[in-house]
Amino acid sequence: MSSSTTNTTTIGNIGAPSRRNTELAMLVFAVLIPVFAYINVGLAKEGTVPAGVLGYSLGLGLLAGVAHLVVRKWAPYADPLMLPIATLLNGLGLIFIWRLDQEHSLGPAMAPNQLMWSTLGVALFLAILIFLKDHRVLQRYTYISMVVALVLLVAPVFFPGVNGAKIWITIPGLGSLQPGEFAKIIIAIFFAGYLMVKRDALALASRRFMGLYLPRGRDLGPILVIWALSLMILVFETDLGTSLLFFGLFVVMLYVATERTSWIVFGLLLSAGGAVAVATFESHVQTRVHNWLNPLELLNGGVTETAQAMYSFGSGGILGSGLGQGYSRLIQGIAPKSDYILATVGEEVGLAGLMAILLLYGLLIERGIRTALAARDPFGKLLSIGLSGAFALQVFVVAGGVTGLIPLTGMTMPFLAQGGSSVIANWALVAILLRISDTARRPAPAPAPSTDAEMTQVVRP
Amino acid sequence: MSELTLTVMRLGFLAVLWLFVIVAVQVIRSDLFGTRVTQRGAARRGGQEARTQRQAAAPPPQQQQRRQEGGRGNNRQRRGAPTKLVVSEGSLTGTTVALQGQTISLGRAHDSTIVLDDDYASSRHARIYPDRDGQWIVEDLGSTNGTYLDRTRLTTPTPIPLGAPIRIGKTVIELRK
Repeated sequence: MSSSTTNTTTIGNIGAPSRRNTELAMLVFAVLIPVFAYINVGLAKEGTVPAGVLGYSLGLGLLAGVAHLVVRKWAPYADPLMLPIATLLNGLGLIFIWRLDQEHSLGPAMAPNQLMWSTLGVALFLAILIFLKDHRVLQRYTYISMVVALVLLVAPVFFPGVNGAKIWITIPGLGSLQPGEFAKIIIAIFFAGYLMVKRDALALASRRFMGLYLPRGRDLGPILVIWALSLMILVFETDLGTSLLFFGLFVVMLYVATERTSWIVFGLLLSAGGAVAVATFESHVQTRVHNWLNPLELLNGGVTETAQAMYSFGSGGILGSGLGQGYSRLIQGIAPKSDYILATVGEEVGLAGLMAILLLYGLLIERGIRTALAARDPFGKLLSIGLSGAFALQVFVVAGGVTGLIPLTGMTMPFLAQGGSSVIANWALVAILLRISDTARRPAPAPAPSTDAEMTQVVRP
Repeated sequence: MSELTLTVMRLGFLAVLWLFVIVAVQVIRSDLFGTRVTQRGAARRGGQEARTQRQAAAPPPQQQQRRQEGGRGNNRQRRGAPTKLVVSEGSLTGTTVALQGQTISLGRAHDSTIVLDDDYASSRHARIYPDRDGQWIVEDLGSTNGTYLDRTRLTTPTPIPLGAPIRIGKTVIELRK
């Protein structure tokens, strides 16, 4: 068999290399872009380089540097892109908030607070990476996390609402907290643990009817409970975004766990039915839908916020008006620095810049899904799908709301928008994803050498 | 600040933002991992030309003869004859080997054409070769756990129908056009 020597193929494993140096280079890049933007805003608004540029760049650089060192030490095989993208989005968010602070008609300065929240977020990120050695530990807390998530979701009912939505917990003297942001991570843990155990029953015990797999009645139980719960959030907290997020998250994870298209069909039918039912008697939701359908209608002598956001996108055009040169001060909405920050972004960096920023979100989500594909244990797979799914749904709900694709809901753009809970929760989310990706990409330990295997060992060039 | 500076900065910012996105995509591109196919020895990718060149470089006569045979076998192939061997299950899934009239050996031995990383495979497990008519034959080389064509364990050299699964341990290979 001499010919075998002429056409010999060896299949070897390429272990994913530790990509920490790539991450460092990307991080430097990710810190420099916001600094550039900061100088740009200063030049446009004041005509001088802003005084805080050194402190700001050192601060952001320090945060990124510490985060990088901790990842290098505690998660050496983690994904190289998630940390730089999160840093870049957070840095850009700080710049845009600072830029809106320059418009004194928009209320008190928020950027210093946001910087503090970002620091806290990075601190939580580091704590999770250091203390959560293995994401499978979270699996033990499946039902505890369900209870915690329910408490977090229900708690805001007992606190006064802000701007028509009851999604805050107010602690006197400390400020307010948006528990929904944390609940989305915790409920993803519950879904992942629950579905990992139940997915066979959900996937296999079903009847076939008109090309769809109909699940058994008792298996429908959990989805109906979650559906009722998200409707209750919608009714009692009048928060469209959170209920959409939770129901969507559940359907996504159910579909990934069972591979049954019927769940998607059921999910869409149930959510459409629920939304229509609630919209018929809940005035807050009705207003939002009405504003969405008739954005140009005059209200109290002015146009709706939806129309104002559309005006600012239009004013920005393709290339934008330039940082610091937009007319965001004219947005008289309720939350120009949080929910509507995308309008300012769209105006000042234009369609081209907004697309780049949405692509960054897309890349972050893609890395999360890639982590799910690479993860070896079903819990890690489901958890990373759940976390990136929740992140993706949130981006969709906010961006869709601001651009007028769907009715606006009270949610914040992850990392970009002003909001303490949001930025802290999203840093925690990225930390868990990095932990899973470190486990997934870590090269398998070398098998114990056996004399038996010596003769057939594959020698790699 | 002058209008020009601001315009340059505005476009510069967009350029830098997009540069970051593009670099990130490049990082993803270079981040692929999984399995790698390494060609060892002289690869037989080229056509007749490359072969002539290598023959000029005086390979061992036996090989030369075999190559010529292989070439002839190739020419004699009828329409509808398989052109490649595909691994459809097992750790090597996705590997293909072009069928160019050469004998393909399968096993754990490192000089096999396809090195099976499979506990159930013997070091020289089976071989696949063309007979005089260009029909591909699979022959079990006295393996411990046997070679299966469809469901039947092979006892004699057997012609391989197109697309029929040949099972060796956890690995399944088939011939395709």
